[in-house]
Amino acid sequence: MDNNQTETSVLFDEPGPRGKRNIRIANWIGGIVVVALAVLILMRLHNPPDGENQLDWQLWLPALDFEAWTDFYLPGLWMTIKAAAVAVVGSMIFGLLFGIGRLLPSNILKGVSSVIVEFCRAVPVLMFMIFFWRFFAFAGVKGASYWAVVLALILYNGSVVAELVRSGVGNLPGGQREASLALGLTRTQSLMKIEVPQALYAMLPAAVTQLVVVLKDTALGSIIMYTDLLQESRRLGSMYFNILQTLVVAGVIYFIVCWMLSELAEWLPSRMQTRTAAPAEAEPMAPIAIMDASNVNQIAVAKELGEDHYGGAPRRYHVRHRGSNATARGWRKDRYMQGYDPNHPDILPDQHHIELPEFPELPHPKSSKTKKDDKGDKDKQ
Amino acid sequence: MSEFLQLFTQYNIIGAFWVNIQLTLWSALFSLILGVLLLMMRISPISSLRGLAGAYVEFFKNMPLTIIMVFMVLGAYAQLKLTFSDKFVVNFFWLAVTGLSLYTAAFVCESLRSGMNTVPLGQAEAARALGLGFFQSATEVILPQAFRGSVAPLGNTLIALLKNSTVAAAASVATETSSLMSTMIEFHANSIVGIFLIFALGYIILIIPIGLLTTALSNKLAVRR
Repeated sequence: MDNNQTETSVLFDEPGPRGKRNIRIANWIGGIVVVALAVLILMRLHNPPDGENQLDWQLWLPALDFEAWTDFYLPGLWMTIKAAAVAVVGSMIFGLLFGIGRLLPSNILKGVSSVIVEFCRAVPVLMFMIFFWRFFAFAGVKGASYWAVVLALILYNGSVVAELVRSGVGNLPGGQREASLALGLTRTQSLMKIEVPQALYAMLPAAVTQLVVVLKDTALGSIIMYTDLLQESRRLGSMYFNILQTLVVAGVIYFIVCWMLSELAEWLPSRMQTRTAAPAEAEPMAPIAIMDASNVNQIAVAKELGEDHYGGAPRRYHVRHRGSNATARGWRKDRYMQGYDPNHPDILPDQHHIELPEFPELPHPKSSKTKKDDKGDKDKQ
Repeated sequence: MSEFLQLFTQYNIIGAFWVNIQLTLWSALFSLILGVLLLMMRISPISSLRGLAGAYVEFFKNMPLTIIMVFMVLGAYAQLKLTFSDKFVVNFFWLAVTGLSLYTAAFVCESLRSGMNTVPLGQAEAARALGLGFFQSATEVILPQAFRGSVAPLGNTLIALLKNSTVAAAASVATETSSLMSTMIEFHANSIVGIFLIFALGYIILIIPIGLLTTALSNKLAVRR
C-alpha cells in the first residue's frame, strides 16, 4: 500500500486550488459513471420491460435461506476445501521433490525433473482433469472426479512450487553456499541443509498466494461433475430456476475465502524475512525457464539496482542469482541479458570523485635510511 | 499408428486448437485495452477512479474463472438476455471472449503495474520538472518504459490466457480443445493416453514459442540502467 501511494503521488504535483477543483469535478463525474453503471445493471435485473425480473424476492429467498446453506453451499464448500487442502499438501511434496531434483548436481536427475516440471506447467489444468477423470472412471476408481481434481491440481501447482523452490534457492546470496562448501559440506549437503530450508521460508508467502490459485482452480472440477461449491450452486439454481442468484452467492463465498488468503499472503513476508537470507515476497517471481539459464526477471533486477546498501555506491554485480544459481559459464553475458550493463556510465565509478582515505603518514624509507646513515656516520665520528 | 492417423482425419483437432487460438487472441486484445485503461485509472489523481480500478482488480483476482464463464452463459445470456449473435456457436464464442477478457484484464493491469516498478522515480520527477501534466507524463514517459519492463509478466499472462481458454468449455464453446478431447476419449477409450498426449503436445508446441519470444523480447526491450 505504501509503495502504491508513493508510486501514484510522484506522477503528479500536489494540486493547487484549480487542480483540486478539477479533481473534485472529475471525482464527481467518476462517481456518477459508477452509479450510472450500477443503475443500468439494476435496471437490467429489475422488472420488465427494461429488465428480466431478477430482483424478485421469490428468486432470492431460495438462494439464501437456511436449507440452501445446509444442503448445498456448505457441503459444496466442504468438497471444495477438501480437494484444495489435499491438493496443496500434495503439490508441496511434488514441488519439493522436483524442485530439489532440478537443483541436484546429477545431470540425469536434473534433466528428468526439468522435463516433468516443464510439461506440467505447459499443459492446461482442465486437460489434466478431463484426462484423469476419464482414466479413473475406466479404471473403476471410486470418486473418480475427486481424485482427478486433486491429481490435476497437484501436477500443475506442484510444478509451480518446484519453480518457487528453485528460485528461492537461486535468490539466496551466493555466500551461503560458498560458506557451507568451505566448511566441507558436499554440494548436495549444502543444498539440503543450508539452502533449501532457507528457501522454504522465502517461498512461503508465494506458496500462500498459490493456495488462492488452487482454491480458484477447484472450481474447474464442476466441469467434470465434481460436486464442489460451483456445481452445488448450479444444482440449487436449476431446482428453483434462480441460477443467477445462486451463482452470485457462490461467487461471494469464493471471493471472501480467496480474499482472506490473499491478505494472509501479503502479511506473511514481513514475518518470514527474519528467518531467511533470501528476499521473501508475496508475489511469485514469475520465472521464465525457457532460454534463460539464470531465470532472472527484469523487475527483480530493477528493484535490486534501486537498493543502495549502507548508503554506498550501487552494486557492480548482482549478488543474487535470481532463479537457478546455475550459471557459472558465460555469466558476463548473462548479467548483461539480465538488464545489467557493465559499461553504463552510471554504474562505472567516477574516477574524478574517488576520495582516497587519508592514511597516517609513514616515515619515508629514504629519509629513515639517511637518518640511519647519519647515525652511522655519527657513530663513526 | 493407423488408428492415430484415423483420429486426425475423423476429428478436426487442428480446428479445435484454432478456436482456442482465436479465443486467446481476441481476449488478449480486449484485455490489453481494458488493462491499460485500468492502469491509467489506478495511477490517476482521481480517487473515485482509483478505487473503482482497485476494486475491479481485487474482485477478478479472487474469483474463479470457471464461475465467471458459467455466469456468462447461465446468468448473463440465459437470464439477462445478453446476446452477441443469433447463431448459437458465434454467440457462445463471444460470451467466452467477454468472460476471458474481463478476467484477464485484472492480471494485465497487475503485470503493467509491476512493470511500473522498473521505472525509476527520477523519470517521473524529470517529467514533472519539464512541466508535463499527468496525462503527458504517463503516456509519454512512464507507460512506454513500464511496457518494456513488463514484457515478461505480460508474456506469462498470455500463456496463462492460452491455457485458460480451455475453460471456455464451461461457457458451452463445444468446438474447443478440452471439449473435443472429452468427446474423443468417450469414443476411443482404448487410446486415451495417446489422445491426451496429442493435446498436451499441441499446447507445449504453442506455449514454447510464446515463452521464447517473451524472454527474447524482454531482454531486448529492457531499459538498461
